Amino acid sequence: MTAYEKVTAARDSKKLTAVDYIKYMFGDSFFELHGDRRFSDDKAVVAGLAMLYDMPVTVIGIEKGRNTRERMERNFGQAHPEGYRKALRLMKQAEKFNRPVLCLVDTSGAYPGIGAEERGQGQAIAENIMEMMSLKTPVLSIIIGEGGSGGALALAVADEVWMLENSVYSVISPEGCASILWKDSSKAPEAAEALKMTAQDLFNLGVIERIIRQPKEYDKAIFESLKKLVNRTFEKNLALPKDELIENRYNRFRKMGKIENN
Amino acid sequence: MDFFSFVKPKNELESQPNEQQNVPFVPEEMWIKCPKCNSMLLTTDMEENCHICPMCGHHFRINARQRIQILADENSFVEHDGDMQSQNILNFPGYEKKLEKARKSGSKESVMCGECTINGIKTVLCVMDPDFMIGSMGTVTGEKITRAFEYATENRLPIIVFTVSGGARMQEGILSLMQMAKTSGAVKRHSEAGLLYITVLTDPTTGGVTASFAMEGDIILAEPDTLVAFAGPRVIEQTMRQKLPKDFQTSEFVMQKGFVDAVVSRDGLKATLAKLLKMHGYGEAEK
Repeated sequence: MTAYEKVTAARDSKKLTAVDYIKYMFGDSFFELHGDRRFSDDKAVVAGLAMLYDMPVTVIGIEKGRNTRERMERNFGQAHPEGYRKALRLMKQAEKFNRPVLCLVDTSGAYPGIGAEERGQGQAIAENIMEMMSLKTPVLSIIIGEGGSGGALALAVADEVWMLENSVYSVISPEGCASILWKDSSKAPEAAEALKMTAQDLFNLGVIERIIRQPKEYDKAIFESLKKLVNRTFEKNLALPKDELIENRYNRFRKMGKIENN
Repeated sequence: MDFFSFVKPKNELESQPNEQQNVPFVPEEMWIKCPKCNSMLLTTDMEENCHICPMCGHHFRINARQRIQILADENSFVEHDGDMQSQNILNFPGYEKKLEKARKSGSKESVMCGECTINGIKTVLCVMDPDFMIGSMGTVTGEKITRAFEYATENRLPIIVFTVSGGARMQEGILSLMQMAKTSGAVKRHSEAGLLYITVLTDPTTGGVTASFAMEGDIILAEPDTLVAFAGPRVIEQTMRQKLPKDFQTSEFVMQKGFVDAVVSRDGLKATLAKLLKMHGYGEAEK
């Protein structure tokens, strides 16, 4: 598959979305929690409590919706500041109860609109990034489709970041990149190549820890192995002294684009 | 219109000596036109006035060196990591040329970092540079800012960051995006050490810089007429397909919405920063 074919696959409206992953990983144990306690409840972000075997976890996903009605309701998976603030509220709650956090990221980006700007989209993302950097509980993020720039990073400052095999994660969409650099959005395939945005590229760059097999639909074996993998990672990180957990997370990002001179 | 404009010279030859007598010769590069009020200004007057238009108060964009000259006590600025240079880490087509062109501006990177004194008070200072790819944030930008915060934390110093940025640098792909997390981690550690971080937003502050260290200051100041945005006006107009209100995303607007502590004119910034540093217990550096 070319890079742009991966982009297309990551955007495919028929692929599984965050609520599917939540259903297939946690079943009836999922209890949704709403609202940022500041402004409203952003339906582009679905979040709540769930049981991973016998371990309570906080799950936060960006949901694109599975049909037209849902996509409208979910704002096509483009969160507003209140969505990021809901996520942060629940991460702080998870920290209080020493509960690991699982983030499922699937967004073309944070919503670029008047209301989002007025309510501090940049500030909301910045606060999430900074607070997640020192959240004293394990955090794991999985890119399950599109990882669109700052809007994705706001849920991906984690101990480990994994990606589905046909997912992408980038600083800008290939269309945006092509139209800014080459004044021609039809050159998106070239931009997708140049941006190094596929799971395989990111793994080679040391930006993610793991590439996950992609389930096309409910597949018991794939979900069972994913659950085991997540569980093992959380158990390992829960066992670490908090200082070490935070130190590891800091170093994980500290080494990215590290310049070794003087 | 004055009286003399009605008195037409009889012929061209007659008019020449008069004009040369009345108007002193001024080379073109000494004049600059204010984009806001269209006044013709002498560049020397501008420089003495912190690059603010004396007629309408418009703040001209200035590069990092000019900013440091206005702000830091004379000869007090010591640059850190001044030789660190961006490289084409992803082999992105056309990036080397872009870098070459950016370096021709005389600015070496999109940020200058170091330490200085402001009215005698020692502080770490990072100044982003609009002349270098409009302050776009690449890995070197992130690394320099991260090191500046780590240095400030180690030496228990306050830090002031002047932001100006079009956002993350797409030619460095995902690694640019990761600088948002890297810098924010260093900001957090500095904050947890109980040290003061002041941001000053200057025109334009957008994208990944807004969504990371620009919005993480204990105190966030902004210069007048500054665009402060996550998604810039063009992006929003494309998405919304509607014109935006006139003052949308100006520093004054963003303050009114609650995301900036104060809008401070450039000629008052040095005194304001010195005052804020003092209020947090930072005193004159020992000599």
